[in-house]
Amino acid sequence: MSLKKVHKDQPSDFNFNKKNLEQVDIILKRYPKKNKKSAVMPLLYLAQRQNNNWIPLAAMKYIGKLLSMPYISVYEVATFYTMYNLAPVGKHFIQVCTTTPCLIRGADKLVKLCKEKISPNENELSKKGDCSWVEVECLGACVNAPMMQINDNYYEDLDEKSTIEILNSLIKDKPLKPGSYRGRKSTSPEKIKSTNGEQHA
Amino acid sequence: MESNMLKEDNKIFKNLYNSYGWNINDAIERQDWNNTKEIISKGREWIIEEIKASELRGRGGAGFPTGLKWSFAPKEVGSRPHYLVINADESEPGTCKDRDILRFEPQKLIEGCLIAGFAVNAHVCYIYIRGEYFNEGKRLQEAINQAYEKKFLGKNACGSGWNFDIHIHYGAGAYICGEETALLESMEGNKGQPRLKPPFPALVGLYGCPTIVNNVETIAVVPSILRRGGKWFASLGKPKNTGTKIFCISGNVNTPCNVEEEMGIPLKDLIEKHAGGVIGGWNNLQAVIPGGSSMPLLPKKVCDTITMDFDSLIANKSGLGTAGVVVINKQQDIISCMARIARFYKHESCGQCTPCREGSGWMWRILDRVAKRKATYSDIDLLEDVTKQIEGHTICAFGEGSAWPVQGLLRHFRKEIDSRCRGEPLVKKKVNNPYLVDQHLLENKNA
Repeated sequence: MSLKKVHKDQPSDFNFNKKNLEQVDIILKRYPKKNKKSAVMPLLYLAQRQNNNWIPLAAMKYIGKLLSMPYISVYEVATFYTMYNLAPVGKHFIQVCTTTPCLIRGADKLVKLCKEKISPNENELSKKGDCSWVEVECLGACVNAPMMQINDNYYEDLDEKSTIEILNSLIKDKPLKPGSYRGRKSTSPEKIKSTNGEQHA
Repeated sequence: MESNMLKEDNKIFKNLYNSYGWNINDAIERQDWNNTKEIISKGREWIIEEIKASELRGRGGAGFPTGLKWSFAPKEVGSRPHYLVINADESEPGTCKDRDILRFEPQKLIEGCLIAGFAVNAHVCYIYIRGEYFNEGKRLQEAINQAYEKKFLGKNACGSGWNFDIHIHYGAGAYICGEETALLESMEGNKGQPRLKPPFPALVGLYGCPTIVNNVETIAVVPSILRRGGKWFASLGKPKNTGTKIFCISGNVNTPCNVEEEMGIPLKDLIEKHAGGVIGGWNNLQAVIPGGSSMPLLPKKVCDTITMDFDSLIANKSGLGTAGVVVINKQQDIISCMARIARFYKHESCGQCTPCREGSGWMWRILDRVAKRKATYSDIDLLEDVTKQIEGHTICAFGEGSAWPVQGLLRHFRKEIDSRCRGEPLVKKKVNNPYLVDQHLLENKNA
């Protein structure tokens, strides 16, 4: 069960912009008319994207009215799922997977680097204010461990050197490309001579 | 040596590594959407019988026979419409097969959806993708749009006379939504908390309507089975454990990878031939988690001879699950590894049933103490008792999923655990913590 805190400073008002209102119509068409409630998850995503990657309480009230469902039900959904941020996160939001398959390939070193480079604690904005990081559970790219997700993209097959490069590029606000950092093709076996050595973080 | 590996010709997912392109035209060249109209024109009975004959078992973890599941859907559509829901909420640690299907073989999935939808009388299909797979979902949407353009979907899909629409629904980072009834709750706009079964989703599912929920891989192999015949699929693998399967080999191996292989392949072959062997050699192997984190681990002795299929793993008190093979070598602290898995389950418990909500935290805290050499012998007996109290006392299988890995650890590494325990507790003074508060929350302000 995820435990999240709602941010202290809340904006008083929230409305979808015109572009997102059009999106709402498209989303609502996917579900039967009497089951509008199903759209609550996609709508929360829309609100999150519109509001710098976090959802204020005003947006939950707004979505509740839009879907004619009680505010508390929207609140329930927003607090249950871990991907809805209820407090501001960095413009570059780093999620480091630390579940066992990544852990045994050195995810703890990635966490250590994040602590050094970004901020000493999770969910804390970096000095310049445009990065933050968090430890997350399995991101489903175990074959490419260790890995991290930065905003929507997966950065895979990392080691200490490449992680430092990526984090530095984020601090400079010029993010490197996502994908494998050992130059491999998706999840195919690499054609390296088996060295019985450690080739990861 | 090479002869007992799966022949290239028998592989279903030829584009698993995106060597040939994922676009619909590339997919059509690989025989996707070939004869789909004829297959559908043979009727639902024929389709279901053929799937039954192939002995295909669900690839999502439980291994339930797919043909049988489809036959549970009401034969005639009554007052309520039928739905097909595809479970792409792949979150089991060690598993990343569905991601490759979504990225590189989306047409196989889409064609499978149409055929399965027809077989269970559904006009609408929802694909529930985990929220983290944002780019994979975008790719799938592109593939769906391409299929609409070719008139393979929509009204009179593929000229079959059947109207069929596919919609994508993103999850938002909850492992429990991979459980079928939690997934349906989540789709209806609620918290993802599992429902009591029965009634099963096949009769009362999404919006109270008959719903068939299938894994991505299960549906994606359906078109190939129907084109090449159930007998062909049944000729691969072992009896009752037929066909091919995508294995994800991660952890301490030289070349971790996803690979499609025959069911019943020896685990040692899988690791040595496809994943470049264990780091430090086979003798450096400590344990293997054979089917994603919720399956009990196997010690090296069992790994030497075990074959990878549902029944032989069950016989060894484990399971094939999702076929996410996590290899752990002797340089790893096995107890810390399992403590981390226990922490995963503590984090992901939906909080509905008390044994699971409280027990998963207990298991994590005790294992964490063992890893730090702070536990006592009586803690271990308590741990064993806690796993038994969770197992079978919860609404969904999450309870078993969290208790089994710990039981597996106790079964195979009891000596290692005992060597780290002490007779007397480290701290005898009573700690003044509020009752039933998660210890780690007291330390962690940001939790």
